[in-house]
Amino acid sequence: MPFRVAIIGAGVVGSAVARELSKYEGFEVHVLEKEADVGWGASKANTGILHAGYDDDPSKFPMRARLCRAGNELWRGLADELEVPVRWCGSLVLAFDENERRVLAELLSRGRSNGVPGLRVVGTDLVQKLESNASKEAVEALWAPTSGIISPYEATVALIENATENGAKLHLETLARRIVVKDRRVVGVETDRGFLEADAVVNASGIFGDLLSGTAGISGFRIRPRRGEYFVFDRDAEPKVGMTLFPAPRPETKGVVVTQTADGNLLVGPNAKDLGEKERESTETTKGGLEEVWREASRLVVGLPPRSAAIRTFAGLRPEPDRGDFIIEAYEDPSGLVNCVGTRSPGLTSAPAIAMEVAKLLAKGGFRFAIKGKWKSRRKAMTRFRDLPSSERDGLISKDPSYGRIVCTCETVTEAEIKEAIRRGARTLDSIKFRTRAGMGRCQGSFCLAKMMVLLSRETGTRIEDVSVKGKGSNVVLGRVRDGT
Amino acid sequence: MRRSSAKPSLWVLAVREREADVIVVGGGPAGLAAASSCKEAGLEVLLVEREGSLGGILPQCIHTGFGILETKEDYTGPEFAEMLEKRARDLGVEILLDSYVSRLSQVGGCGASIEVLSPRGVETMRASTLIFSTGCRERNAFEIGITGDRPAGVMTAGTAQALMDLYGLLPGREVVVVGSGDVGLIMSRRFALEGAKVKAVVEITRYPGGLTRNVVQCLEDFGIPMLLSHAVLEVRGRKRVESVVVSEVDEKQGPVPGTESEIECDTLVVAAGLVPEAGLLEKAGAKIDPLTGGPFVNEFLETSLRGVFACGNVLVVNDLVDHAVEQGRLCAMSAKSLIEGTMRRPSAWKRAVPGENVRFVVPHLFSGDRDTVFYSRVRSPMRDCSLSFNEIDKEVRIRAAMPAEMVRVRIEGSLLSGVGEALTFEVRGWPKGKRG
Ligand SMILES: Cc1cc2nc3c(=O)[nH]c(=O)nc-3n(C[C@H](O)[C@H](O)[C@H](O)COP(=O)(O)OP(=O)(O)OC[C@H]3O[C@@H](n4cnc5c(N)ncnc54)[C@H](O)[C@@H]3O)c2cc1C
Ligand SMILES: Cc1cc2nc3c(=O)[nH]c(=O)nc-3n(C[C@H](O)[C@H](O)[C@H](O)COP(=O)(O)OP(=O)(O)OC[C@H]3O[C@@H](n4cnc5c(N)ncnc54)[C@H](O)[C@@H]3O)c2cc1C
Repeated sequence: MPFRVAIIGAGVVGSAVARELSKYEGFEVHVLEKEADVGWGASKANTGILHAGYDDDPSKFPMRARLCRAGNELWRGLADELEVPVRWCGSLVLAFDENERRVLAELLSRGRSNGVPGLRVVGTDLVQKLESNASKEAVEALWAPTSGIISPYEATVALIENATENGAKLHLETLARRIVVKDRRVVGVETDRGFLEADAVVNASGIFGDLLSGTAGISGFRIRPRRGEYFVFDRDAEPKVGMTLFPAPRPETKGVVVTQTADGNLLVGPNAKDLGEKERESTETTKGGLEEVWREASRLVVGLPPRSAAIRTFAGLRPEPDRGDFIIEAYEDPSGLVNCVGTRSPGLTSAPAIAMEVAKLLAKGGFRFAIKGKWKSRRKAMTRFRDLPSSERDGLISKDPSYGRIVCTCETVTEAEIKEAIRRGARTLDSIKFRTRAGMGRCQGSFCLAKMMVLLSRETGTRIEDVSVKGKGSNVVLGRVRDGT
Repeated sequence: MRRSSAKPSLWVLAVREREADVIVVGGGPAGLAAASSCKEAGLEVLLVEREGSLGGILPQCIHTGFGILETKEDYTGPEFAEMLEKRARDLGVEILLDSYVSRLSQVGGCGASIEVLSPRGVETMRASTLIFSTGCRERNAFEIGITGDRPAGVMTAGTAQALMDLYGLLPGREVVVVGSGDVGLIMSRRFALEGAKVKAVVEITRYPGGLTRNVVQCLEDFGIPMLLSHAVLEVRGRKRVESVVVSEVDEKQGPVPGTESEIECDTLVVAAGLVPEAGLLEKAGAKIDPLTGGPFVNEFLETSLRGVFACGNVLVVNDLVDHAVEQGRLCAMSAKSLIEGTMRRPSAWKRAVPGENVRFVVPHLFSGDRDTVFYSRVRSPMRDCSLSFNEIDKEVRIRAAMPAEMVRVRIEGSLLSGVGEALTFEVRGWPKGKRG
């Protein structure tokens, strides 16, 4: 009998755990996700930085300090195996005065004790050489060459695709209501689609982590949402910062950064606003929040594009644990429960290391780990027509003419890619968007929305009226016009 | 026709090339008119259109109001588009559909080469003259600073129109429309005709953006309220729009605190203006006018790239299709004279510049050697006024000038030749008692 693990939540953490466990003989992995796709919690709305690992004080936050550093290292191999776009661009923390210089010195020594390689404090000349768009007012900077940028939603999709290819089962639009415990052992999960029996439950439900943990009787911590808002600019927008620029950090946040996403868009944000315990889905943007982001960002770089040139604004919620550190633990009572929650920043960076930690905790339960004979470590990325040279584009079109039909002209996304995304499991417009970038450009989908609806309905055999933006309750249209044309 | 696919080593050679006298990019009304006129003038012309059909945005504009100046008759969008298409086909214009122009570059100081993506493959096409007629795109909710949630049910007017009139789908039942330009007004009526409730048309300026006729026929006749000097600040609803927050705005169009109210609705339609789709021109190095969003052009409608011309909504957002067609024809004439070597550029161009209550003037440069048609728009509405110039003795009386209505004026070469460096376009009140 295989050992059945139910993972609640398909964010980057749950997906990394699924990928890790799907490596081994003897596990049957199920992932339960309440949304219509993976990665729609914190994992799609963050900065995407693979932090170098100098931020966290190991005496206060030992998990964060250790797993961030380890995760940064792990992503190097993983991004390659899973073909996830990543830029190892390095980062600069800018200091504007004496006080902030002292902060840099502190970060430097902390980074060194965390084992972060290549860290240096550099003067204005080198700052300008490294990043010519950095503010001329900066007097010094901490240069972290190992910091990177990854596409966080692609990373999540890639992890889950690899996990399912190796046998994991993904249950979308499945809400976990309660972790069920019997005789001090976890026996399964009660969901809105029925009961799933399980020998172990991994709680990776992000912002809802404390509530779900509570259903299994573990309630020694609380999680609160801390919102961060962003501006995204078109890929043509100038300036293009090559490195991630940070201000000197404050205790609650690493501050508003200016960076370039893995896809090449200028990204500015996030601020940090604590919300009430009930506001766990309050991902709205606000006028005040965006103004704050803008003010802070303007300090870091010379000549941001006009605010009106932003093509989108968005916000994400950090799951902030009251204890400060990540909560990655297993229990004697109930046994079989592993919490990996409180995954605030740097949770994205740490995800692969968190996954290994979870495996270790399960191993303590006496489980023997042996890698499956037919385990596939690699996952193939989607075709990215727009990144290919003309000759290769032509080759693709001659094999499949639907590569010659451009559906999203802002981002040059072809019909073939949209069909590929659907084949890989996309069932909503947002799923297609996050996998292909169709609708992510300057016009934000006003030209291609209808065409994507047609493709989605045709390829999945559903009625076009039933096409949704993000699953149940988010249909694009509410019916047909009267004459029914 | 297809090459064998099993020889990847040939890929590099497979990119085919084509040449023509004129390539027209974009098969909307402006491009169709340009291509037909080129053909009539005996030029070898190739029309390249990214969609599977011609007509640009016209096929989805099922209301009447098209072609009145050109034909003296009132057509619907699809009817007018069909006429333009038929003419082009009858003349034998070579048309490439499903063909997206992905890159433009100038070659050899005049003319251009384009890269075209289509189910045929990747092609490079060169021509000594190129006419750009790629139309415009719509501004979206983010560009006009709307914050809040990002649910289903927020869409531009053009998307809503396409869903209804090309696909037979109803985007919403309780609708708030942002923007009272003609597009917003016409879409409000379109929703009302489908039995949807249009709860409000929200307009940030103090006056309606569209024609008075449309305000009456599209809103008043249907009892749709308009909120002037108001803005939509926020969208609410996690999955689908549940409401929007609107407020009054001050003279600087900033929200007035304390005036916020919430309107329940399931759909927010954004009709907040159009932006020329000039990205390819800009990337190729054409100078862009920040006032129009389109390229700088001279009286031949030639951009700062020699041999590259622009017409229709990519040049300047037109409210009348007739003007787009007229610009298309002028581009064709210019292409002909350039190819035949009869185009005379002056040693120094004179500039047409906007003055009092004028937002922009197109074309930007003129020689004074010939009669020239100029297009401009006023900044704010004015009754009983005139378009006038300090530099020349000409005055055109306008009964009611509206930002929504293009002011078109033809100025004689004899007058233009007398202009020094610049000609300033101004719209001022008509002096009381003066005849006109
Ligand atoms: C503004 C911001 C900026 C950040 N920047 C960075 C950064 O630059 N670098 C970095 O390393 N980290 C960053 N982070 C942190 C990072 O985003 C998170 O640590 C990471 O995404 C957490 O992943 P997760 O899988 O734990 O949570 P989530 O992605 O939130 O996943 C939890 C999943 O569980 C699902 N779920 C919840 N409850 C249930 C239920 N009852 N049943 C079924 N499914 C359920 C949710 O729908 C969700 O998909 C940032 C976070 C934010 C918000
Ligand atoms: C809602 C609405 C109502 C209107 N009502 C009226 C009215 O009542 N009366 C009136 O006279 N006018 C009206 N107009 C205005 C009129 O329709 C426009 O002025 C006219 O359509 C502009 O024509 P165009 O050819 O410049 O652009 P478009 O019609 O937009 O055509 C541009 C074409 O270029 C193609 N294209 C774009 N980029 C590329 C590329 N890279 N490669 C290949 N092809 C490309 C597009 O697919 C499209 O077919 C209305 C407009 C709207 C939006």
